[in-house]
Amino acid sequence: MSSSTFAVHCQNVLKVYDTGGQKVTALNGVDLDIAMGELMMLVGPSGCGKTTLISVIAGILDQDSGSCVVFGEDLLNMSSRNKLNFRARNIGFVFQAFNLLPSLSAAENVSVPLIINGMKRSDAERKAISVLEQVGLGARVTALPSELSGGQQQRVAIARALIHSPRLIVCDEPTSSLDHETGRNVMTLLKDVAMHKDRALVIVTHDARIFDFADRIATMDDGHIVEVKTAGILASPASASKACTPDAVEPYNLAPE
Amino acid sequence: MNHIAIKMLMGDKGKYFGIVMGLTFASLIMTQQPAIFLGLMARSYSFISDVGLPDIWVMDAKVQFVDDIKPLQDTELYRVRGISGVEWAMPMYKGLLKARLVDGTFQTCNVIGLDDATLIGGPPVMLDGKLEDLRRSDGIIVDIDGAKDKLGKPASTPGGSPTPLKVGDSLELNDHRAIIVGIAKVTRTFQSQPVIYTTYSRAKSYAPKERKLLSFVLVKTKPGQDPAELTRRIRASTGLAAYTQAEFMSLTYEYFMHNTGIPINFGISVLLGFIVGAAIAGQTFYNFTLENLRQFGVLKAMGTGNWTLLRMILLQAVLVGTLGYGLGVGLTALFGYLMRHSILAFKFPWQLLLFSGAGVSLICVFAAVLSILKVLRLEPAIVFKG
Ligand SMILES: Nc1ncnc2c1ncn2[C@@H]1O[C@H](COP(=O)(O)OP(=O)(O)OP(=O)(O)O)[C@@H](O)[C@H]1O
Ligand SMILES: [Mg+2]
Repeated sequence: MSSSTFAVHCQNVLKVYDTGGQKVTALNGVDLDIAMGELMMLVGPSGCGKTTLISVIAGILDQDSGSCVVFGEDLLNMSSRNKLNFRARNIGFVFQAFNLLPSLSAAENVSVPLIINGMKRSDAERKAISVLEQVGLGARVTALPSELSGGQQQRVAIARALIHSPRLIVCDEPTSSLDHETGRNVMTLLKDVAMHKDRALVIVTHDARIFDFADRIATMDDGHIVEVKTAGILASPASASKACTPDAVEPYNLAPE
Repeated sequence: MNHIAIKMLMGDKGKYFGIVMGLTFASLIMTQQPAIFLGLMARSYSFISDVGLPDIWVMDAKVQFVDDIKPLQDTELYRVRGISGVEWAMPMYKGLLKARLVDGTFQTCNVIGLDDATLIGGPPVMLDGKLEDLRRSDGIIVDIDGAKDKLGKPASTPGGSPTPLKVGDSLELNDHRAIIVGIAKVTRTFQSQPVIYTTYSRAKSYAPKERKLLSFVLVKTKPGQDPAELTRRIRASTGLAAYTQAEFMSLTYEYFMHNTGIPINFGISVLLGFIVGAAIAGQTFYNFTLENLRQFGVLKAMGTGNWTLLRMILLQAVLVGTLGYGLGVGLTALFGYLMRHSILAFKFPWQLLLFSGAGVSLICVFAAVLSILKVLRLEPAIVFKG
C-alpha cells in the first residue's frame, strides 16, 4: 500500500522533549497507519506518548525525526504558512476540556473554523446553526459555554470539529470529562455524524467503556506502538467490521457549497 | 476574527474594566498634571497678557522676568517717545508696598501705577466703579481676591471670614491715605499679594523716595510699523531692553521654567503617572493575554496565523487604549470645568491631547508587544494539555 492511500502514515517517529537539560523521550520510533474511513483509538498508560503522537499527526508539533504523512503530505517539511492552511482545512480537534472560547456563543464557537478558512461571518454562523441542529443543539445556539452542560459543550466542540469538513479529526480523551451515559452519547454522535469514507478519526482514550466504537485500537507503551488490534477482540464485535465497510455509515458532508 | 478579539476582550468584564481603568488613570494623570502645570506657568506672565493695549515693553536691560523690577529714570520715557515708529509710550510703576489696614496690621501689596492721563495698563475687568475714578483724589482700585481676603476687614467673630473691602473704604499706603474707588478682577499671578491700581504719580508718592521709580515703559507701535523692528530700534538708541508682548511673556515663562522647581515637580508626577499607568495597564493586559493563552492556542491549532493573532491583540489594545484615553481626557476636562472658579491653575490646549495620547499609545504598544511576543512563541500543542 502506498502512503497516499492512508489517511495517516507514520514511520519511525521520534520526539524528545528537552526541558532544561532533562530529556524525555515521548515517541521512540512510532509506526502507525490509519486508513481512510477508519476510527482508530489510541490507548496506553499515562505518559506513554499518546497526546504527543496525535499532536504530531495533527501538525501542531514537530517530531525530531521519522516521517508522518497525512493525506499524502509530509507535515515536517511544510512551510509554516502551508502547515497552517493544511490544519485549517483538514484537521478537526476535540479536547477533553472542550476548549470552547468562553465569551463566544455556541454558534459563534462552531463558526470559528469557517472564519479561519475565510468564510464571511454571517454565512459561517448560519452554517454553524445548521450543524448545531444536527448535533441536537438547535435550541441552544446563542448559549455561552458556561450555560451548557459538559455533554452539551462537547457536542458544540464536535460541531466545531466537523463544520469545515476536515478529513482528519483528532480527539484527546473526548469522554473523560463526561459521565458514562453522556460519554456514550457523545461517541455515538461522533461515530454517526463524523464518520465518513473520506475521513479518519483518531481518538486518544483510556475509557474502556467506549472501546466498542473503534474500528481498530492501537496500544502504546513507553513511546512505542506495542500492538494494533481490530476492535472486536477488545470490545463488541458489532463495530469491528466497519473499518472494512465505511460506506455503511451515512456520509456526512459539510463541504462548503 | 476581529469580532472574536472584541468578544474575548469584553468576555471577562472584571479584567476588561481593570485594563480600561488603568489606562484611564494613566491618561488622567498625563493630561491633568500637565494642564495644571501649563495653567501655573501661564500665571507667570498673566500680568503681561492682562495689559492688552501696548505691544512693546521697555525696561532695564537686566530684567529677567516681569516681577524682577529694576527701575529706570523718568527721563527714559521721553527718550523712548522720541524714537520714530512709536505711536505712544506710557510709564508704568510696579512695586511691592506695605498697606496698613484699619485694624493696624500691615499687608504687602503689589501696586501698579498707571499713566495719569490715559490710565493705560489698567485691570482687564472692573467689577465695581470705573477705571476713570482713579483720577479722584487718593483713588485706588483693588482686586477682588485681595479685597475679600488679605485686605478684608477682620471678622467680627474669631474664625469667621473677613468682611470684604468695598468702594468707599480706605487704607494707608506708606502713611498716605488711599480711598477705594473700584474693585477689579485680575488674572492670578504667582504673586499672592493683593493688587492695587493707582495713577503713576500717586504710586510714586506712595513709594519710598528714590531717584528711579519707572518700572516699565509701555509702547504702542505706529500703524504699519513692525513691532519687532521697533524693539530693535529702541534697544539700539536707548540701551534698554525692549520686548514685544509675546517676547516678554516667553522671557518670563522661560525664567520660571529654568529657575524654579515647578517643571521638575510636575515632570515627576507626569512620569509617575505614566509609569504607574503603564504598569497597571501593561500588567493587566498582559495577564489578560496569559489567561487567554489557551484560547489563542486553540485558534492557532485550528490554523489561525500569527499575523491574524497579532492583529487581534493589537485591536484589543487599541480598543482599551482609546477607551481609557477618552475617559481620562474626559475626566480631565470635567475636572477643569468643575474647578473653573477655584484658585486652581488649569490650562488645556489641544497640544496636550497629543501629548497624553502619545503617552497612552506608548503604554498600549508596550502592553501589546509583551502579549504578542508571548502569543507568537506559543506552541499550539498546549491545547492538549490538561
Ligand atoms: N511539553 C512537554 N515538555 C516536556 N515533556 C513533556 C511535554 N509534553 C509531554 N511530555 C512528556 O512526554 C511524555 C509523553 O507525554 P504525553 O502527554 O504524550 O503522554 P500521554 O500518553 O498523553 O499521557 P496521559 O495519558 O497522561 O495524557 C511524558 O513523559 C510527559 O511527561
Ligand atoms: Mg495525554
